[in-house]
Amino acid sequence: MDKPWLVVEYFVSPRFVWGASLTLWITVVSLFFGIQVGLLIALLQESKNRYLNALAVGYLWLFRGTPALFQIIFVFNVLPQFGITLSNFWSGVVALAMNEGAYMAEIVRSGLQAVGRGQRTAARALGMKEWQVMRSVVLPQALRIIIPPTGNQFIGMLKLSALVSAVAVEELLLVANQAASANFRYLEALSAAGLYYLLFTTLFMLIQARIEDWARGNRGRRGKKSSLFERMIGATGGDGGRVR
Amino acid sequence: MSAMQAIVRVRGLNKSFGDLHVLKDVSLKVEQGKTVVVIGPSGSGKSTLLRCLNLLETIESGTIEFDGQDITHLGRQAFKTRRDIGMVFQNFELFAHLTALENIVLAPVQVKGVAKPEAVATARALLEKVRIPEKADFYPDELSGGQQQRVAIARALAMKPKMMLYDEPTSALDPEMIKEVLDVIQDLSRDGMTSVVVTHEMAFARRVADRVVFMESGRVIDDAPTSEFFRGTSSERAKRFLNQILHH
Repeated sequence: MDKPWLVVEYFVSPRFVWGASLTLWITVVSLFFGIQVGLLIALLQESKNRYLNALAVGYLWLFRGTPALFQIIFVFNVLPQFGITLSNFWSGVVALAMNEGAYMAEIVRSGLQAVGRGQRTAARALGMKEWQVMRSVVLPQALRIIIPPTGNQFIGMLKLSALVSAVAVEELLLVANQAASANFRYLEALSAAGLYYLLFTTLFMLIQARIEDWARGNRGRRGKKSSLFERMIGATGGDGGRVR
Repeated sequence: MSAMQAIVRVRGLNKSFGDLHVLKDVSLKVEQGKTVVVIGPSGSGKSTLLRCLNLLETIESGTIEFDGQDITHLGRQAFKTRRDIGMVFQNFELFAHLTALENIVLAPVQVKGVAKPEAVATARALLEKVRIPEKADFYPDELSGGQQQRVAIARALAMKPKMMLYDEPTSALDPEMIKEVLDVIQDLSRDGMTSVVVTHEMAFARRVADRVVFMESGRVIDDAPTSEFFRGTSSERAKRFLNQILHH
């Protein structure tokens, strides 16, 4: 690296700042909608209606059985033929959110199932309607189980967001790639982008730790806290095993 | 309403879980203000009967009347009837994410639309009644089993039910906590709360019940006033059951 200051120059350049912001934005928006989709699919799976179950299974089969990159390109290039034309950005976000939904569904479902049947029965016995049972008794308890793995999904999504460069969204990776191809300073440009990714993942883990403490504190718990380092190892290790 | 009027009348109730026929032609009458204790060996269908009364199970045949209304086929409207029937479970089933007070306040506010301050005041009074006002802000896992069960009773009472169902309320408790829970149930019973109690506590049945129903293999074998039942004059089978459990 004969020009180490170039890394800093890239890092603070408006294009990189913009690219990094866009990466963060794609991550947040995709995960936000991905959680809604996951919740919906999980509720379909839990439903007693056989057709709704089948719908959920079909969804999971489709979105888990194809690569996320394929889904992004499909949404961008094929949906317009059916009259659904989305911008590059929204094509990426829709595909990522739908992909994420397929994975969030499993997380939400395990959270829902961890709430014992007796809790639902007790709520029903008090005269609550099914949606009240779900909203006031099951979901709040499931949330405590859902939050930690969702933090990992956030980090996974940050990394996955680089895929939308394939449909020419000027997010961090594409910006770095373009910058480098102008002068072949790949090491410096990619290092600057890599620093952003590491900065974001570290920040996410700090936020996740806060949220988990809040969820615990909310219950008047004095549970054991895990150190940031433990989280980083746990989160990065756990997520690395995910195949998409 | 006369004292002898039946608030619950069950006729010819049949219930199966798959091939397992758990309730066979069960009939039962509970009079306003009275306490009926249901006893019998494990697996005799006592708890299932209780769950049927609260429409938590679907039934194959028979009718259930509650408060002068046929509630057998309410389907999705069942929640309306459940508002008038309080139920207490063997494993307490307090909502784990809420404090004792919040557990009691939840249903009146959500289901009945009671104003929050009023619901809180009622909840505090009920905690007083079950003798643990100081535990209002504790979470279920910070309470003993006996305390949890008393909060569960308060939670059911907060809906101002016309009847209480207790499903083995002391079976999951350590011996030293059984009394504190039974005392609360007894107080309510004495105050005229219509109650159906499934239990193995014979001394409690003798003391509190107006009638005792003895079930075995999904059938009602005996249904008699308490004194008659314990004198063993009502049926041979009940007599043998009493001998078995009283001499062990």
